[in-house]
Formats: sequence, C-alpha cells, structure tokens
Amino acid sequence: MTATASTDRVADAFAVREFGVTSRRQDTRDTVTLSLSPRDGVPLGFAPGQFTMVYAFGVGEVPLSISGDPAPGRALLHTIRDVGGVTHTLAGLRRGDVVGIRGPYGTGWDVSDGRGGDVVLVAGGIGLAPLRPALLQVLARRDDYKRVVLLYGTRTPEDVLFAADLEKWRGRFDLEVEVTVDYGPPLWRGKVGLVTGLIPRAGFDPAHTLALVCGPEPMMRYVASALSDRGVPPDRIRLSMERAMDCGVGLCGHCQLRELFICVDGPVFTYERLERLLWLREV
Amino acid sequence: MSTPDLRQLLADHCFTRDLPTDLVDRVVEHARVTTYPPGAWLFREGSTAKEFHLVVSGTVAVSMHVPGRGDHVVDTVDACETVGWSWLVPPYRWFFDARATTEVTAVTIDAVALRTIAEQEPAFGYALLRQVTVVMLERMQAARVRLADLYGPAA
Repeated sequence: MTATASTDRVADAFAVREFGVTSRRQDTRDTVTLSLSPRDGVPLGFAPGQFTMVYAFGVGEVPLSISGDPAPGRALLHTIRDVGGVTHTLAGLRRGDVVGIRGPYGTGWDVSDGRGGDVVLVAGGIGLAPLRPALLQVLARRDDYKRVVLLYGTRTPEDVLFAADLEKWRGRFDLEVEVTVDYGPPLWRGKVGLVTGLIPRAGFDPAHTLALVCGPEPMMRYVASALSDRGVPPDRIRLSMERAMDCGVGLCGHCQLRELFICVDGPVFTYERLERLLWLREV
Repeated sequence: MSTPDLRQLLADHCFTRDLPTDLVDRVVEHARVTTYPPGAWLFREGSTAKEFHLVVSGTVAVSMHVPGRGDHVVDTVDACETVGWSWLVPPYRWFFDARATTEVTAVTIDAVALRTIAEQEPAFGYALLRQVTVVMLERMQAARVRLADLYGPAA
C-alpha cells in the first residue's frame, strides 16, 4: 500500500456524514431514541451489534450502539441515555436537527451462527438497545432458529426500555420474554430480582444455544458465569463490551483492554476470549 | 396428594433434590402440597414462622408494606425456589409478607418439626442448614448486587 492510499484510508475512517433527525421518542426518563436519515440519501448499512461515532456539532462525539432494524431501507436508530455533555445535547435534539455520523464500526453479534439452535439474549438496562437489532434479525428469519429467549433486567418498571416492543414480543408464541426489575414499587406485578435468576428456568438447550449478552460489565460477568454453569459453551456466549472509545478505528488506544482494542476487535467478543480479562482489575 | 407424589415433588425440587434419599423421606413426613390462588397470602410480616414453602409452580412476591405507599416487592420467587428462612433462627418471625401473584402450588413443610429433628440429629441438621444457606447466600448476593445499582446513572 502506498503512503497516499494509507492516508486516504485513515481519512475515510474519520469521514463524517450528516444525518438529519426525523423523529425523537422519549423511551424513559433519561433515554431517548433518535431516528436518523442520511442527508446524502445513501443508507447506512450495519450489522447488529455495531456502533457509530455520533457527533453533536460543536459539543463532541460519542460511540453509540445502533438500536434499529438492520433490514435494508430501515431508518438508522440510536438510543441515547442522557449521562453526560454530548449525550445530553443529543438527547435534546429535535426533528430537523443534524448530527455527524462516522462508521459503522466494530464486530457484530453474528446471530446467523445460531441457526439451527436456540438463541438467548440477556440484556441489562440500556444494554437492550444493542441487542434489539439482533433480535429483529432473528425474528425476520424465525424459522432458521429453534427456541428464542429474551431475558431483560432493569432498575425499575419506569426504566423498562422499548416497552411497546416488549409487549409485542411477549404476545408472540414463538418467543419467550422475561422481564425483571431491581426495585418493585406498589402495583408492579412482574418479577423482582436479578436477571441472572431468570437463566436457570429459561427454556433453552444449553449445548445448542447461542447467547448474546449486553449490560453493565459486572452484570455480564455474572450472566456469562450463569450461562456457562448451565452448560452453554464459552465460545457460544457473546458479550458486548464498553470502554472509552474515541477514534473508533483502533488508532487512539483509549478503548484498549489489555491486548484488545474494543472498537476494532469488538465490541462483541466471545466469553471464551474475554473470560480471563473480565476478572482483571484496572485494564 | 399421595406420599409417592409428594416424594417425587421433593426429589425434583431444587431445595431437596441433592439431599440423600433417607433425609428426603424424613422431610416427606412433615410436608404437604398446598395451593394458593392469586392474591393469597403465604405468610404475613410479624407472624410466627412455623412453615416454609418450596414453590412447585407459580410466582410468590415477597414484599414489605409501607403505610401510604403500598406494598414494595423486594423479590419474586418462582418454581424450584424456596420462600422463607425466618423459621430457622429465633425469634422465628416473618420479616416480610409473601403473597401469590399467580396460582401457586407449593410443598409446604412443617418447620417446627424439622427444627426439632435437626436438633436431635446433627447430620440431618447440617444437611438442612446447607440447603438453607444456599438460599440465603443467593438472596444476600442478589440484594447486594441490587444495592450496587448497576443500571443506575454512571458515576
């Protein structure tokens, strides 16, 4: 490769495309979903599990998982939790506002690896957002899979993400959906407890299961252990990791996890690859 | 339900399935199958803990009543799980309420009888305590993880 070609490739990786906000949905008290449309008219293809770098002009850039349907022609959706300066700005955008997008980047869930067997998705909190495209992809080819299970844990009933989707999914006879919360206020009639508590009774065949897990890192450690204890092979358990990703293309090193760069080697990894690293401190 | 059926329920239940057969037989002598319709109380806070329940099917909500705010559910207990351990240690008094949120079938065990046998037969008592400790450990770990508020706003 010539120096010019190499420079061009780096420049391409940092190219920002403009996307307009076409709709905004308030999902929970602190979380919104933006629907985005490319201003150049060229759709952004992506694999479930990938992320983009989203730029709030004049404020900053953050990595965000894609929460929309990966099927061609569907809008680009980002589900944003208002936790900092950039996400606060993004969460406050309205129809017609414009953001910059780089990507998509990173590895995906590769749900097709689960064909012919069971698929279990375990989400914690906002971790349901990156798993949503994977579930939609599975449901689009439902006959390719046996049992499909979604286990979701979150803080309170008010923090349940994609409530309308969950209601719809629960109505299907070919999908097992269990939701549990950490705190059950009066009138809550659902489950209270950790999402790990749902794993022993969920209906799947561990030896022939592909498990996809996303949530806070301690939750993923517990869930991966529980899935492994139940008999899911570590190379069939996939986790989506989160670190401070800045460049998105493996140059800045901010998202380094020992020998891995989360942005290019991940964010989706097998438990087999991550198990040792998950228990290391300060990496 | 006949004794063989009851024995089979205990043989299948997570609380008792790892116990030696002769110990399960001892438990059978002090167990019965119970059913609770949705909304029925299994026990109430402050009452004497004389029994405990091995849930066979359905869901039980463990809750605490807060005047003016209603019942706060602190845990839900499903099939193959156990409701209650306050029967094991003084003052043998329930700390929470337990109510069926769906139709519940359980094996209800006479805790006073089991305590008596445990006092007289240390091997039985140790095996029983090990099983209860598993339940207590899981509940305590879950409570501590929830205290960590993993899904809460980032620090």
